[in-house]
Amino acid sequence: MSGQAVETDVVIVGAGPCGLFAIFELGLLDLKCHVIDILDKPGGQCAELYPEKPIYDIPALPIVTGQDLTERLMQQAAPFNPQYHYNQMVTGLKKLDDGTFELETDGEMKFHCKVVVIAAGGGSFQPKKPPMPNIESYEGTSVFYSVKRMEDFRDKDILIVGGGDSALDWVNNLQPLAKSMTLLHRRDDFRAAPDSVNKMRELVAAGQMNLHIGQVTNLHGDNGALSGVTVKGKEGEFEVPCNTMLPFFGLTMKLGPVADWGLNLDENLVPVDTEKFATNIPGIFAIGDINTYPGKLKLILSGFHEAALMAQQAFRICKPGERLLFQYTTSSSNLQKKLGVA
Amino acid sequence: MAKITFIEHNGKEHTVEAANGMSVMETAVKNMIPGIDADCGGACACATCHVYLQGEWAEKLAERSEMEEDMLDFAFEVQDSSRLSCQIRVSDDIDGLVLKVPEKQF
Repeated sequence: MSGQAVETDVVIVGAGPCGLFAIFELGLLDLKCHVIDILDKPGGQCAELYPEKPIYDIPALPIVTGQDLTERLMQQAAPFNPQYHYNQMVTGLKKLDDGTFELETDGEMKFHCKVVVIAAGGGSFQPKKPPMPNIESYEGTSVFYSVKRMEDFRDKDILIVGGGDSALDWVNNLQPLAKSMTLLHRRDDFRAAPDSVNKMRELVAAGQMNLHIGQVTNLHGDNGALSGVTVKGKEGEFEVPCNTMLPFFGLTMKLGPVADWGLNLDENLVPVDTEKFATNIPGIFAIGDINTYPGKLKLILSGFHEAALMAQQAFRICKPGERLLFQYTTSSSNLQKKLGVA
Repeated sequence: MAKITFIEHNGKEHTVEAANGMSVMETAVKNMIPGIDADCGGACACATCHVYLQGEWAEKLAERSEMEEDMLDFAFEVQDSSRLSCQIRVSDDIDGLVLKVPEKQF
């Protein structure tokens, strides 16, 4: 692991609605936060699965979209200057002898803190792996679910599968580098932005790439080196030669590394108490959909409450011996100064 | 009310009574039919309630909304008879519906 560890009071794992509100509750108590999320944006399930869909059960908001809720929570947390780290998943979490924690991410970042708040929701969003026979044997060598470096795809015979923005964006971005580019989708209708689709159609018309309609039924190759795929189309089966495949089938939530940190788990959920929302490891808390306790409801409003109570105990851990004075934002000039409204 | 028959990938059949107004997915979940995951709870956001319409039903219930068509991009082995069962509403008209549950949902 290269680089210095980022020092902070609290690391929040997950930037969904509960993680975002936790920044606010912790901030009122002067606790600094760094927030890590595998997505490239805040909002968790709200932003990824239903940004445009109305939510009707957020207290005080009769109707609010997933995206709007995210923006409002970001705004509420902003006075406390949280640091966000996107496109990274926390892979390692270790408790040190002095009771503090060291975290590592798959983006080569390291964190050192006194409190960890797991607000991982349904798990980290990871690419859906199409259940094509033997696909695992090609993963990492010929099959990739994301593009970390475009250069790695130069001079390859690339097959991209999918019909959304991810697929079309990469078709357009990688075609100039590739030896050959083929797009495969189950129908001749695309969900992607019209502009991206038009660019793709122009490339096809100019003979600079291929478009096929159908679904992959089989992969062919040797020792992790892909040589082609079999596609089932309207007229029957045909072969598409390729040495690199990028399937874009959306994202799914997986518990992931949370399972490896020594936390008690109950059917992929982290049991907590209802006074502090503490896990079995002192200093680690779990709030939102990821936790479980008698009577738990997987509601955003529940996660908000859990964040508030968790923050009280987080304060006691980060500032032992300091007096915790319960204050109201309506009347405390101290809190109002922190919020920048006094 | 409608009688709906779910055929698992292994051939096992389940015939259940469905109440009007519910979705076929809700009926499946209520009756614990194996193979229908319904991860998003019926919001047309996950494509894990994928089913194949059988026989005459493939034509009768062929119509899909744009939203359903978009979500089917995320299902595996989509066929002309594919539907997302959360988008099929139970009514007297679908009495006798037969559908096959795919080998796997994503």
